[in-house]
Amino acid sequence: MADQEERIPVMQKWLDNPFLLVFLGVAMPTVLYIVWGVMEIANIPVAR
Amino acid sequence: MATTYRICPRSGLQFDTAAEKLMRFHAVAGVLALLVGGIMALGVILTRWPAIKLLPADTFYMVLTAHGIDMLIFWIIFFEMAVLIFASSTLLRCRLAMPKLAWVASILMVIGAIMTNVAIFQGESSVMFTSYVPMQAKPHFYLGLILFAVGALLICFIFLGTLVVAKAEKTYEGSIPLVTFGALTACIIAIFTIASGAIILIPTFLWSLGYIREIDSLMYRVVWWGLGHSSQQINVSAHVAIWYAIAAIVFGAKPMSEKVSRTAFFLYILFLQLASAHHLLSDPGLSSEWKIVNTSYFMYFAVLASMIHGMTVPGAIEQAQRLKGYNKGLFEWLRKAPWGNPAFSSMFLSLIGFGFLGGISGVMMGAEQLNMLIHNTIYVPGHFHATVVIGTTLAFMGLTYFLVPVLFKREVLFPGFAKIQPYLFGLAMYVVALVMMGAGTLGVSRRHWDMAFAGAPMAYEWPGAAYLMMGLTGIFSCIAIVGGAGWILQIVLSILFGKKLEEGELRSTPIPLTLPAPTTGSKVHPPATPGTMVLALIFLTAFILYYFVNWKYLSSLWGLS
Amino acid sequence: MSAILPPSERVWWNQPIDKLEFIWIAIAFVWSLTMFGMMIWWHIYGNQNLANETYKTTKEMFAAKAQAVVDQYTVRTETDKQVPVVKPPAGSDIYLIGRLWDWWPIYELEKGKTYKLHLSAMDYMHGFSLQPQNINIQVHPNYDHVVKITPTQAGTYSIVCNEYCGIGHHTMVGRMYVK
Ligand code: HEM
Ligand SMILES: [Cu+2]
Ligand SMILES: [Cu+2]
Repeated sequence: MADQEERIPVMQKWLDNPFLLVFLGVAMPTVLYIVWGVMEIANIPVAR
Repeated sequence: MATTYRICPRSGLQFDTAAEKLMRFHAVAGVLALLVGGIMALGVILTRWPAIKLLPADTFYMVLTAHGIDMLIFWIIFFEMAVLIFASSTLLRCRLAMPKLAWVASILMVIGAIMTNVAIFQGESSVMFTSYVPMQAKPHFYLGLILFAVGALLICFIFLGTLVVAKAEKTYEGSIPLVTFGALTACIIAIFTIASGAIILIPTFLWSLGYIREIDSLMYRVVWWGLGHSSQQINVSAHVAIWYAIAAIVFGAKPMSEKVSRTAFFLYILFLQLASAHHLLSDPGLSSEWKIVNTSYFMYFAVLASMIHGMTVPGAIEQAQRLKGYNKGLFEWLRKAPWGNPAFSSMFLSLIGFGFLGGISGVMMGAEQLNMLIHNTIYVPGHFHATVVIGTTLAFMGLTYFLVPVLFKREVLFPGFAKIQPYLFGLAMYVVALVMMGAGTLGVSRRHWDMAFAGAPMAYEWPGAAYLMMGLTGIFSCIAIVGGAGWILQIVLSILFGKKLEEGELRSTPIPLTLPAPTTGSKVHPPATPGTMVLALIFLTAFILYYFVNWKYLSSLWGLS
Repeated sequence: MSAILPPSERVWWNQPIDKLEFIWIAIAFVWSLTMFGMMIWWHIYGNQNLANETYKTTKEMFAAKAQAVVDQYTVRTETDKQVPVVKPPAGSDIYLIGRLWDWWPIYELEKGKTYKLHLSAMDYMHGFSLQPQNINIQVHPNYDHVVKITPTQAGTYSIVCNEYCGIGHHTMVGRMYVK
């Protein structure tokens, strides 16, 4: 049972945590796609 | 909460009775949506087939709106809800969290679906499933979509709640199964998708009621595609999870590496949704930096993930088959696969078609500059019929062959037809996708009633090859519709009249999972997978060639800067 | 049936990766970066990059600018609808209006010369689809999208509308000449 003592690696712990994943999966596209995109549109200059 | 559990004698799976009813409900609702969408497909294709041109323009656009919505949104998302419930409560062997709320959500979804369909068929909401502003539909068109989305969002939360329940009640040990992890990926993407939908559809609904004066068309397109494209990414995650599930069910295949497959899903969680930008590459006002970062899923990390899944699923099958002794040469494992088992053949056709047709074309047209070549042409529906019909729909159909005896406790009728159905529907759809892409490469527009431009003062004449491609689209679409209608008929009749199968034992407490002992002691080295590697390299070669052919084509256009 | 069961090893993260699987991941990774680099490379060395120059505008303002060019450079009219054919000087700003259901006006351009083509819509969105070149650009109302174009082959071109814009969508075809 040496296996039982082996510590669980950080990455495995992260992947086992659904709420961390929910956070990352919502935050990434919200920031990179929606917020960045909307900011670009808001900053389009006005024609003269 | 008092519920009961049923152990299915055919699969050994344990179903929470409340969850089981919900799954059946969503599967049936999905199939009904597919039926409506399929009838609409007939109207669409018989009109786009230049030799037939069945419907008048207004009916055509109404029918096309219904086809898009009933297929892409209602059929797929209803079925996905069933998959989420299955992957949580059934695979984790636990009770479903909040079953009453789940029913409220399901009823909301049905009301929403009916409301939107009513709006469409009343005829004044022929705005396509994208409902781009400033073209306006009736308010109940948007309201129906909003109600549907709220219901779906609630079920996503119930999925997460069920993960919590399973963990708290210790119905499994260690990490969740890979298939559940894939479903979790789908659920996470769904949450972002539905949130984007809410951000844009609620104001649009208010605008249709007259409370808001104007909605900016560019803003609408950016946020709407957060819904429209990400929902396709729910499908990708869901059908990849189903590929793994079917490989496990049919072959007892073990993932080549939990680490690699889960990391690939993790890349999906992080980057897949950025691809919503695919639809905005030929739009004004967004910088190339934004376009490149988003369209490439950061740096094609989600393509990397798909290429990983595309290898590890057949790789796992190859390993399982080789362990069973199908060891001759490169491909005995594949030749001796159960090609007559519709769950397997659907899954394999789905995998190959999704990769070769949907994947390669999608990455090509997702390159910032190349997009100009095909934007809004019928290449686009060609591409997504390879992803969402061959990839997702066919995978769902395959899974259903497994679910009829297990979940509906009925024997599948007409087993002879079941054997050929995946080929009939799947291979015909391969051709449909290809010839639509062919016509699109020649420039033919999508969502277009008449490629001869009847009544236009300065009509353009498409090359003969374009007419040929559209004619072929017509012929092969009809074959695919026969395959699809046959599937619906077969499944519905089986559920209603198939031989009743044994229920299995009903219990009041769940049996927790017992795992086979870890294999650490006697480590059998899993066999290598040269056959899969050869397939993967063929894929890569096709990918590279096609990709650069299109850059060559682009370089022959007028200068643009 | 193990993809539908929890992993059999408690610590699966440390399990070794199959050699072929690893090689494939490495190849796929290199290919991913290549494709990413390709888009950037094309911005530097390629001749077909869609400009991002865009202004917020109004329908009235854009229509007035188009009208000014038409008034100044019209050489003849075509069809029953008297669509003006406009021959602007090389290098100038030219304005193309998309509206239900035509593209207005018709431009006559010189081969090898560069023009600043402004695109905007008067009502719904429309789709600029130049045939048989096959250049496709989304056209929005209230946005002025400035695309520098350099026609490289002479001929008569059609501008098909390929964004669904209502019942007359299929009649929305314009024209462009390159001499
Ligand atoms: C045999 C079955 C099917 C046939 C023959 C078929 C045929 C077509 C054709 C020809 C178009 C393009 C029409 C146009 O742009 O003018 C189209 C559009 C579309 N199809 Fe299908 N289809 C089938 C099944 C499906 C399924 C299963 C799905 C989704 C899961 C689907 C989703 C869509 C969507 C979203 C559109 C776009 C509608 C739009 O442009 O607004 N189709 N279909
Ligand atoms: Cu138009
Ligand atoms: Cu149009």
